[in-house]
Amino acid sequence: MAKLTFKSDKCKGCGLCVDACPKQVLALAKDKINKKGHHPVEAVNEDACIGCAFCATMCPDCIIKVER
Amino acid sequence: MVVFDKPHSLADVPLHYCPGCTHGIVHRLVAEVIDELGVEGKTVGIAPVGCSVMAYDYFNCDMIEAAHGRAPAVATGVKRALPDNIVFTYQGDGDLASIGMAETVHAAARNENITIIFINNAIYGMTGGQMAPTSLPNQVTQTSPYGRDVNHCGFPIKVCEMLSQIDGAEYLERVAVNNVKNVKAAKKAIKKAFQNQVEGKGFSLVEVISSCPTNWGMTPQKALEWIDEKMIPYYPLGVYKDRSAKGEE
Repeated sequence: MAKLTFKSDKCKGCGLCVDACPKQVLALAKDKINKKGHHPVEAVNEDACIGCAFCATMCPDCIIKVER
Repeated sequence: MVVFDKPHSLADVPLHYCPGCTHGIVHRLVAEVIDELGVEGKTVGIAPVGCSVMAYDYFNCDMIEAAHGRAPAVATGVKRALPDNIVFTYQGDGDLASIGMAETVHAAARNENITIIFINNAIYGMTGGQMAPTSLPNQVTQTSPYGRDVNHCGFPIKVCEMLSQIDGAEYLERVAVNNVKNVKAAKKAIKKAFQNQVEGKGFSLVEVISSCPTNWGMTPQKALEWIDEKMIPYYPLGVYKDRSAKGEE
């Protein structure tokens, strides 16, 4: 199983990673606000993650670390 | 096993770019290439004027801030004084295709052994969304509220096509960063542009079709679709010149 780590305080909530994920693992946390005032991304379905790193490839702010 | 992490050459600071701006992706690709070639210690980057003006804060290599449009001229000086160093410029369309056009064309004509990363987002981002030389026909901007009228404002400049006519240019390629496949292709092009410099082949420019969600007035997702629908048909992706591949040397 793959492991995702987010630097949530750098996330700007653009959602490009959410769209890039082929397994619908990610979503913007509507009930959280980070230091910058954005809804940060979070893994809502981490068990489905296949570690393809498409999310990290599309993240403009380089906040996602992918391990497997 | 780590599949993906921040490259070492990219500083661990928050980027000032708007949410969804693809500048961050291109910054990361450049940093990844510098890491992979193992040239971080001898790389000198030249930052432009424009949205990426603070690129000097984001790379861990040495950086110089050039006057508006003059990054290729500064890079020429650095490369000639320190020929063993790797010199790259990172410029937007307002910097490279507008005020800095002369420096770009002449650096190509001289076949300076430098690498240029050219971000084309068809608008002036930092100043608030005015029409750029690369804005598409009929594109609505702050200074073309009825759409760019080509009879009055002229046609967009296609930088890769134009430079491909110059004998001095070594390698010209246009890529985009609007989906995973294109990002991977963009990295390959940027790596080749740096590799050419390491091998002393000469002037290498990669034009990256990029998005500007804020000034285009779109969501980040819609902006990436707009690249596919509007920008790529006008600015076709591909290699425009590669002298070493053709054996023209």
